[in-house]
Amino acid sequence: MRYNALQILVQAFRRNQGWERAWRDPEPQPYYDILIVGGGGHGLATAHYLAKVYGISNVAVLEKGWIGSGNVGRNTTIIRSNYLLPGNGPFYEFSLKLWESLEQDLNFNAMVSQRGILNLFHSDAQRDAFVRRGNAMLLAGADAVLLDASGVAKMYPQLDYENARFPIKGGLLQPRGGTVRHDAVAWGYARSADQHGVDIIQNCEVKGFTIENGVCSGVETSRGPIKASKIAVCVAGSSSRVMAAAGLRLPIESHVLQAFVSEGLKPLIPGVITFGAGHFYISQSDKGGLVFGGDIDGYNSYAQRGGLAVVEDVCEGGMALMPMIGRARLLRMWGGIMDMSMDGSPFIDKTSIDGLYFNGGWCYGGFKATPASGRCYAHLLATNEPHPLAGAYRLDRFLHGRMIDEKGAGAQPNLH
Amino acid sequence: MIIDHPLLGPRDASEFTYLGDAALLDRPDTALLDFADGADGADRADGAAANAIRQFHDYLYLRDNIAGQTRELWFHEAGDGSWLVVTRDTVTHEIAKVEMARDVALAKKHNDEAK
Amino acid sequence: MRGYEGDTLASALLANGERLIARSFKTHRPRGIFSAGSEEPNALVQLRRSAFTEPNTRATTTQLYNGLAASSQHHRGSLKYDLMAFMDLVSPLLSAGFYYKTFMWPKSFWESVYEPLIRAAAGLGRLSGAADPGLYDKGFLHCDILIIGAGPAGLAAALAAGRSGARVILADEDFSMGGRLNRDRYEIDGARAANWTAAALAELQSMDHVRLAPRTTVWGAFDHGIYGAVECVTDHLPAMPAKPINQDRDEDHDHDRDRDRSPSKTCKPRQILWRIYAQRTILCAGASERPIAFGNNDRPGIMLAGAVRSYVNRWGVAPGKHFAIFTNNDDGWRTAADLANRGVKVRAIIDSRDIAPPHSTGDAEIIMGGRIIDTKGRSGLRAITLANGQQIETDCLAVSGGWNPNVHLTCHHGSRPLWRDDICAFVPAPPLPAHTPARMVLAGAANGALTLYAALQQGHTAGAQQAQELGFTPTSSTAPRAQDEPAATSPFWHVTQSTKRAWLDLQNDVTVKDIALAYKEGYRSVEHVKRYTTLSMGTDQGKTANIPALAVLAKLAGTSIRDIGTTMYRPPFTPVTIGAFAGRARGTNFRPHCLPPSHDWARAQGAVFTQTGLWQRAQYYPRPGESHWRQTVDREVLQTRNSVGICDVSTLGKIDIQGDDAAQFINHIYCNAFGKLKIGKTRYGLMLREDGMVMDDGTTARLAQTHFIMTTTTANAAAVYRHLEFCRQCLWPDLSVHLTPVTEQWAQYAIAGPKARTLLQKIVDPAFELSNDAFPFMACAEITICGGITARLFRISFSGELAYELAAPARYGDALIRTLMSAGKDDGAAPYGTEALNVMRIEKGHAAGNELNGQTTAHNLGMGQMVSKKKDAIGIVLSRREELCRADALRLSGFIPKDRAQQLQAGAHFIAKGQEASTQQDQGWMSSTAYSPTLGHSIGLGFIRAGADRHGETVSAVDLLRGRSIDVEIVSPHFLDPQGERLHG
Repeated sequence: MRYNALQILVQAFRRNQGWERAWRDPEPQPYYDILIVGGGGHGLATAHYLAKVYGISNVAVLEKGWIGSGNVGRNTTIIRSNYLLPGNGPFYEFSLKLWESLEQDLNFNAMVSQRGILNLFHSDAQRDAFVRRGNAMLLAGADAVLLDASGVAKMYPQLDYENARFPIKGGLLQPRGGTVRHDAVAWGYARSADQHGVDIIQNCEVKGFTIENGVCSGVETSRGPIKASKIAVCVAGSSSRVMAAAGLRLPIESHVLQAFVSEGLKPLIPGVITFGAGHFYISQSDKGGLVFGGDIDGYNSYAQRGGLAVVEDVCEGGMALMPMIGRARLLRMWGGIMDMSMDGSPFIDKTSIDGLYFNGGWCYGGFKATPASGRCYAHLLATNEPHPLAGAYRLDRFLHGRMIDEKGAGAQPNLH
Repeated sequence: MIIDHPLLGPRDASEFTYLGDAALLDRPDTALLDFADGADGADRADGAAANAIRQFHDYLYLRDNIAGQTRELWFHEAGDGSWLVVTRDTVTHEIAKVEMARDVALAKKHNDEAK
Repeated sequence: MRGYEGDTLASALLANGERLIARSFKTHRPRGIFSAGSEEPNALVQLRRSAFTEPNTRATTTQLYNGLAASSQHHRGSLKYDLMAFMDLVSPLLSAGFYYKTFMWPKSFWESVYEPLIRAAAGLGRLSGAADPGLYDKGFLHCDILIIGAGPAGLAAALAAGRSGARVILADEDFSMGGRLNRDRYEIDGARAANWTAAALAELQSMDHVRLAPRTTVWGAFDHGIYGAVECVTDHLPAMPAKPINQDRDEDHDHDRDRDRSPSKTCKPRQILWRIYAQRTILCAGASERPIAFGNNDRPGIMLAGAVRSYVNRWGVAPGKHFAIFTNNDDGWRTAADLANRGVKVRAIIDSRDIAPPHSTGDAEIIMGGRIIDTKGRSGLRAITLANGQQIETDCLAVSGGWNPNVHLTCHHGSRPLWRDDICAFVPAPPLPAHTPARMVLAGAANGALTLYAALQQGHTAGAQQAQELGFTPTSSTAPRAQDEPAATSPFWHVTQSTKRAWLDLQNDVTVKDIALAYKEGYRSVEHVKRYTTLSMGTDQGKTANIPALAVLAKLAGTSIRDIGTTMYRPPFTPVTIGAFAGRARGTNFRPHCLPPSHDWARAQGAVFTQTGLWQRAQYYPRPGESHWRQTVDREVLQTRNSVGICDVSTLGKIDIQGDDAAQFINHIYCNAFGKLKIGKTRYGLMLREDGMVMDDGTTARLAQTHFIMTTTTANAAAVYRHLEFCRQCLWPDLSVHLTPVTEQWAQYAIAGPKARTLLQKIVDPAFELSNDAFPFMACAEITICGGITARLFRISFSGELAYELAAPARYGDALIRTLMSAGKDDGAAPYGTEALNVMRIEKGHAAGNELNGQTTAHNLGMGQMVSKKKDAIGIVLSRREELCRADALRLSGFIPKDRAQQLQAGAHFIAKGQEASTQQDQGWMSSTAYSPTLGHSIGLGFIRAGADRHGETVSAVDLLRGRSIDVEIVSPHFLDPQGERLHG
C-alpha cells in the first residue's frame, strides 16, 4: 500500500478501516542469507538497504522486544554532519544526504526537518577550533557558516547576551542540520524492508551464536535456532553483552545518557542550538515540546536511568543560555544506554570470527548516522568489503594507532 | 548515588570523578620490556615490540563492560583525592563494596610478588 | 471573578459557572474541567502575565490568590469560537499517524509549506520570550523516613513514625494536607474525619523532628534513597515579596553590580528544588480515578466522579445543576450520595454492572447494566444518550471507571507493576520486585488498599515498622479506626455500542478508534501504540488515559491487561519547572569565578579580561590613546622584548611532589628523561597519556633531593593532578611519594625581558646572587624577597626572553604585583596579558592549548626525539604504534604569508598548490596565528604532513568558511631567536 494524500482521503471515507499492516509478523524461518541482530534504527536501515540496494532480501531482523525500542526511540532526534576528522566527515555527510531523500526512498514521512544546527562558541580558542571544523566540513562537501555574536543574535534574539558568565562570541551554523521524528525512522525502514521481503521478527532474543572452527553459522534465540550465512550484530548499548556470547571483548563501555522533553509550547526555537560553555543542547519538536539534553552521566550503566545531578547540570546550562525557558516545565526524562567507544567513533567491521559482523560504538551520536550506517553495513555484508566512506571504522584501529578522536579525549569513553 | 568512602563515610557520587574498570590497575609489567637495560626499541626483535603494544592495547582499550557487578575506579575529586575501587552493579546501581584503590593495588603487588 | 481563600482556580471557575476552559490539542474540541488534581488533562491555562507568564498551568492545582490573571490558550480567535475548530470536522483525515503517510510530495513542500503549518499548530501555551524573572533555590534535606503523600495513610504513617522519634518528612503536592479526607465525608475514631486530620496535623506540627512539606511534589526516585522534590514557595502569593534578602552576596564582581538586575537578589524563591536523602521511604501517594470511554465523552461537564465530590465537599461548589453518574464500581455511588446529601439533584445513576443497586439514593433514576453511547452539547454537556435510546438531560456527568494506585515512584528504577484482577488495577507486587527504589514500602491506596480502613491500618503499620527497623521504639498507639467502605469494582472500560468517537486521551485527542487503527497497522506493543497515537504524551502524562487505553488494546489483542503490560513510568511524577533545576546557577552566577592574585590591581589598571576555564585573566592592559586591542598587544610585546614585562601566571597548575621516590615517580610520568635532574634545576617535561598522545607539558623544578614542584598548563591542572594520583595510588602504590595540589596557594609572576634581572634585583633580598653564572637559565631556588618573605624563583622562559617566574604565597600576590610594577617603573616595566603572552609564544614556536588538543603526539609536535627509549613512562609503549610514527605524519611548522601584508587566520586548512580543496587533499591545518610586532608581519603555527621536510615550500591556507585562501610558506616554527641567545642572556 502506497502512502499519499489521496490514500488518506480514500481511507477517511472508508472510516479508516482499509489500512494495512505497516509490516508483517512472520514466523522465523530456519535459514536466512543474512541475519541482523537488533531491530533498532541501524538494523532496520541495514535490512532496507540490503534488500533495496544490494538485492538481498532473504534477510531477517531479530529484535528482542519491539522494534525501535532502543536508542532510535529515545534520543534528541538531531541530524547533522558537522564533523572534524577525515574518517568521520564524509561518512556523516553521506548520511545527511540520505536523510534528505529518505521520505521518497521509504514512502514514509519521518519529518526530516532541516532548520539548522548552531554550535555556539565563547572564546577565541573555541572559535579557532570551530573554524577548523567548519573548513573540514566544507572540504567534505557539507555546509557551514560562521556567525559572529551579532549574527547569532539576529537568529536567536532570546539568548542571554547581557548577563552571561561566558558571553556568546559567535557560532558555527550548519543550515542543513536539523531534526527527524525518531520513531518514524524505525517504522519507515521496517515497513520498506518488509515490503522488499525482509522478515522482521519481534520478541525474538538472541541467546548465543553457533560458532565452530572460527566460523559463525547461526544463532540460538528465544524462538529456536536460526541458521545464516552471515550474522550482523548491531545492538548499540547491548554490544558488549551480545558479543561476549561470541567470546569477543570490545573497545566499548555502556554509559547512560539522559534526555528531556518539556510540555508543549508555541514555537519559539526554530533550529537546534548547542551551548559551548556548558552541557546543553536544545531544539523544539513539531509538537511544541522543547527537546534537550547534555552530557552523559559518566559511569557505566545498563539501568536506562540517570542521576539528579546531571538533570540539574543540564538545566543550569539551559538557563545560562536561554533564561526564557525557566517557566516551562520538564515533562519527561529518560536514560538510554550508549555504546561509548574508546575514541568516540563507531565500528562497522568484520570480526575475527568468519560470518560474524559488528556495527556499534556509536556513542550518543548514532541517530544521525542511521541511514549511512545501514547503507555501509549493508555494503560490507553484501560485498565483504568496507564501504569506502566507512573504511576507518575498523575494530583493530587502536592496535595500529588509527584513532578517530574528534574530542582528543583519549581512551576514556566517558569523555567522548 | 551515594558512595561509602572507607575513610570519610557516605558521600554523594557527584563529588567523584569516574575513570572506569578497575582492570586499569593491572598495567602490563614493563619490567619485562627491557627498558632498563638500555635496549633501544629499534634493537629489539619486532615481535617483542609488537607484543608490548598488543598487551598495552588490550589493557587500555578492551573492556568486559559487564551488565552486573563490576569493580571500577572512582576519584574523590571534590574530596580527599583518594582513588577508590567501587564494586557496583551496573544494572541496579547497588554498591556492594568500597575499598581504597591503593590498598587493592598494594595487595595485588604483594600477591604478584608471592607468585 | 470572585473566589474564596482555599479555592483553586478550577473551583472558582466552576463556582462562577465557567465550563469551557480550553481546547484540545489536535482537533480543538471544547474542553472543561475534568479532575480536581494534578492528573488534569484539560483545564490548562496561561497563568500570570508578561515575563511572569506560565504556560500549561493546571487550573485544578493552582491555588487562588488575589489578582490572579489567567487566560485560555491554544486557540485562534476567541476560546468559544476557535477558528481552528474546523480541525474537528476533518478529523477522519487526522487519524493516528496520518502525518507519516503524507506531506511527502513534492519534496520541497515539506519544509516550505507543510512543516511550517504543522509547527504553527503546535504547542499549547506560550513562553513570554523574556528571561524568567523567577528566583529558584536548591536545598538538601536528610531524614530517617520520607513519607510521600499526606492522605490518611501518610498521616497515619507520619504519626506512628514521628511518635517514635524518627526524623520524618511528610510531603504532599496539595497546599492542604489530608488527601482524600479533604474530598470525602468519612468518620475516623467515631468523629468527623476533618477533626482527625486537623488533630493529626497539629500533633505532627508540634514535633521538632517532623517536617511538614505541603505544596511539595516528590517527583522522582533516584539511586540509594535520593529523591527529587520541588516545593512551590510563593507561587500561590499575589505578588513577589520585594524585600531584599541577600544583598551582601556577589558584590565584588563589577559586572554583577550594574548588569544583574534580575529580581533574584530581592525576592523569596518561587520554588525550591529539594534533594532529599532518606533512609526509608513510605509511598502513600493514593490513587487516581480513571474514566470510561463512550461516544463524545469529552465535552465540558463530563468529569471524574471523585472530582465532583471534591468540588462539592471541599470547596462547596456544585459543578452543575442536573447531575448524572456513570460508574462501573461502588465508589461512584459515593458521589451520588454526597450530592444528594448536599441537596443537589441527581437525575440518574447508570451503573455498567448487572447487579443489584449497592445503595438506594434519593429520587435518582437507577439504571443497572446501563451504557452511555453518546452525548450532546456543543460547548458543554446538555444530554446523554443511553444504549437503549433513552436521553437524559444533564449538565454534569460524573464518571468513575475505578481507581489506579499511584505507583509511579516505585517504577522509577525500572520495575513494572503487576495487574490485580480484584481491583482492576496495577500495583507493585509484594514483595517489591527488583529495581524498586531501595528501602521503599507502600501503604494505602497506592498499595492497592483502596478503603479508608485499610489505608489507616497500612499507614500506621508501615510508619511503626520502618521506625523500628531504624532503631526507634514506636509507641503503643494503635491505628485510627474507620469503616471498611464498599469498594467493589468491575473491569468495564469502553462502551462498545458507541459508534461515535470515544476519547481516551482528552488532551491529545486519542480515541478508541485511533488505538484500533494503530493495532490494525501492526503497532501492537504498548510502546508502539503510545508513540504512534501520541497517547499519554501530553502534559498530564496520560494519568487518566493509560489504563482504559490498555484495556482497549488488550481487547483488540484478545488478551488481558495483565499480559499487555504497561508502559514505563519515568520521572517526573508531574511536570517540574525547568528554572527550579537550575536554581541560582544562571546569568553571571552560572559557574564560579576564579580570580588570580593580581585581579584587583589589574582591574584598577583598566585591564580587559578573558575567561580561561573558570579563571578570569587579564587579556591586555589598554593605555590612553590606544584605540584597538592590537595596538595594546603590540606595545606589550615590544615593551617586554625591549625592556621588561610582567604577567600573572598563577593560573598554571602547580603540584608539590615530595618523597624518597619522588624523582623516580616523575621519571615515570614524563616521557622525556627526568631521572637525573639536579637539585636547583628545572626541566621541561612532556607528559603523555597512556595512549601515547600528549597530555600536557610544563616545567618541573627540583628544590631538594626529595622535593619537586611540577607546573601544568592552566586548562589541565585538575586532570594532571588526578592522573598523578592515579599513577601514585593505583599503579605504583609502593613508591614513597606524596602529592599536594598547590595552584591556588602560590601567586606566580613571569618577569621577562632584557631588564628582568635589573628589576628582580630590586625585589630579591641581597643575600641571593642573581647573576647569569650564579643563577643560569633553568635554575631554581627557594629565596626571600622584600626583606624576608619566602619565595621561589625559577629561571624559565615562555616568551623567549631572559625571564624568571617568581612565586610567593598567594596572600602576598596583590602586594607583589604592586611592588614589582613600582620597582620596574624606571626600566619601563609593563604588565602584559594573555594576548601578548600568546603572541610571544607563537614567535618562539611553543605549543599551547590549540596545539595540545589531545589529538597530537610528541612526533607531531616535533618532539619525538624527546620520548625516551631507555625507560618506561606512561604512554611510551603505545606512542610507538605504526600510524603514530609515520614519516609523513603531521608536523608542527611555522607559516608566513607570501604576501607579508596578509593576515593569517587559525582554522584554515592546507592544500597543496593547484589541488582542489577536498578532504582527500587536506594536508593539515593552521592552529595558532598572531601578528608579530617583532617581525612586522603575521605568523602562524600549524600542523602539516611531513612539515619538517618541507620548509620553504608554498601551500595554500584555505579558509572556505571565511572565503579566504592565501599562499603561505612553510618555515621553522621558531620564528625568533632560534638559538635561544636571549633567554640565556
